[in-house]
Amino acid sequence: MTPLSSWGRLEAPLHYAVPLSREKASEQISGPPFPGIAYGMGRSYGDICLNPRGTAWQTTDLNNFISFDDKSGLLRCEAGLLLKDIQKVVVPRGWMLPVTPGTQLITVGGAIANDVHGKNHHRFGTFGDHVQYLRLVRTDSQIVECSTTKNKDWLAATVGGMGLTGVVLEVEIKLRAVDGPWLETETLPYHSLEEFFELADSSEAHWENTVSWIDCLGGRQGRGIFMRGNPTTASPDFPPQSKQLNMPFVPPVSLINKLSLKPFNTAYFYLQTRKAGRGISHYQPFFYPLDNIRNWNRMYGPKGFYQYQSVIPRINGLDATRAMLDAIQRSGEGSFLAVLKTFGKRPAAGMMSFPMHGVTLALDFPNKGPHTHQLFKQLDAIVQEAGGRIYPAKDARMPKELFESGYSRLDEFLQYRDLGISSGLSRRLIGS
Amino acid sequence: MKHIVIVGATSAMAHECARIWAEEEATHFTLIGRSAERLQRVADDLKARSPGSEFATLTTDFLKPEAIQTAVDAAAGTRRIDIALIAHGWLPDQRVCQSDLNACSDSLAVNGLSPALFAEALVGKMEEVNYGSLAIIGSVAGDRGRKSNYSYGAAKGLVERYAQGLQHRVSGTGVSITLIKPGPTKTPMTRHLQVRGGSFARADSVARIIVHAVKVKKNITYAPPKWWLIMFVIRHIPHFVFKRMQI
Repeated sequence: MTPLSSWGRLEAPLHYAVPLSREKASEQISGPPFPGIAYGMGRSYGDICLNPRGTAWQTTDLNNFISFDDKSGLLRCEAGLLLKDIQKVVVPRGWMLPVTPGTQLITVGGAIANDVHGKNHHRFGTFGDHVQYLRLVRTDSQIVECSTTKNKDWLAATVGGMGLTGVVLEVEIKLRAVDGPWLETETLPYHSLEEFFELADSSEAHWENTVSWIDCLGGRQGRGIFMRGNPTTASPDFPPQSKQLNMPFVPPVSLINKLSLKPFNTAYFYLQTRKAGRGISHYQPFFYPLDNIRNWNRMYGPKGFYQYQSVIPRINGLDATRAMLDAIQRSGEGSFLAVLKTFGKRPAAGMMSFPMHGVTLALDFPNKGPHTHQLFKQLDAIVQEAGGRIYPAKDARMPKELFESGYSRLDEFLQYRDLGISSGLSRRLIGS
Repeated sequence: MKHIVIVGATSAMAHECARIWAEEEATHFTLIGRSAERLQRVADDLKARSPGSEFATLTTDFLKPEAIQTAVDAAAGTRRIDIALIAHGWLPDQRVCQSDLNACSDSLAVNGLSPALFAEALVGKMEEVNYGSLAIIGSVAGDRGRKSNYSYGAAKGLVERYAQGLQHRVSGTGVSITLIKPGPTKTPMTRHLQVRGGSFARADSVARIIVHAVKVKKNITYAPPKWWLIMFVIRHIPHFVFKRMQI
């Protein structure tokens, strides 16, 4: 048995680890012991990739490219390939993954299972919107091939399907053309949530990427830094910075605490305000700012941390976000890793995809036990009342009722469930 | 275009080396292995990463001297070899080797005899043109016999002595020979050991060390380098102490 944990480091339960190999993957998946769950980089935050005392099919050896067509931008690869390896190969050739989340250190399979989104949701939707084909192996050895034309329902169930419909082995993705690795960017401080929404709405037409950092302790108004960016043909005369930092150990207590958070946030806000304006940025620091600090999750100390990411329908967005920030402020909890971003109108690619037209707030919280859970209860009530939902990829604790009210296609999705697959999350929220 | 020959090309370490070489520049690869299907998969992966590269795949019997000679003849027949990497190996269960001489024989043949024969054949080709770099993957296990893996370690020790002899023979010529001794590395070969924990290097970081060592024509290199110190100590522990150690 091997201890495996997810990015939140809340626990490291023992697993029967089975590294999948390309030749034997079907046998490995359809053979006992059951049940299992696919485990890639362990970069989701909670228990969606964990299966305590059960099998973890490790996918990172399935890291081959199968083909890449420079003319059409069609990429076929195995599901354990990292987004980082794809970008490294395709960007110099004028292509890029159309959608990537805030880290490129994840597998393609994980990106599909969580139907990840990025800063360009209003323009490019989610990762699943660009998946053309995938091959799924079920624990009864059945192989399901699905694409945008064949077995579409299986594709819709598997995209965002939390790994519960089978194990994805092979994928085809349509990449998007880019002129180069650079983006023109603009950084704008905002001093209220109203200002944030105005900026977000007015940026959508002309800016491909939008995101904002919000100061979770910055007062009732809600202040933060809004960032937007577009790919550009320009290339500056400075090289992309590539300094790698590392958090070499787990500190005995969380470095993010009441003492450090407020001064840090204030300093960051003013520093960024001074740097506001137009600039040019390499895609790596722009899209993956934290990838340069290896093991940054260790700074939350030995008890780990939760991330709370919710989405609220646009119509209730302002009020609900304000109410959530109020609750967080009162509790004094939170972290400087706080993101506020709007999602566009596109219908979701998967039955269980997280994004919806609205506004998403993502915040890290050091694990302080009951105190933290007390706050989550208040946030849950606001999300539920506003008709929102929580992102399973980040979740380790949402109540079942909130999951059920948030994901209206759950019953439809469950018809595609593979019962030989189970995770901590599925047992908690689906019951098996 | 560079010509790189890889023996045991489907091994994780060899594949990672090939990825680095392919991404550096368009290369002509000759990939030698046992399974055509698996070789093709490696070639497809490299082709997607490096569209300008070319690939020839060759299957052969790794234990038959004539088959090894034929494969090396074929690889060298097309064009001059710039780099050859011998990377195949198999980590047997030591206890099985003790009770089953067939397993023991297989380990000695696959890990020791076969790489030595490939090295002999490849160096012959390189000497003919007075040019080429040969890299052979040995192991820290070859540095001192230990009860937990001597059927593997002895074979790797043979590889090291053989490489030394070849290095002596080609010194002063245009041919260079590099022996790489990796410590425990995360590859499918060591999978059953990884479960027990311990420190395993990543295959891609070991590959970077191999590629660099070949480039600068090092005679011998440990990967990661800390294994030089560890094995220096282990080699010098007196027998009366060593025999009490459970390693």
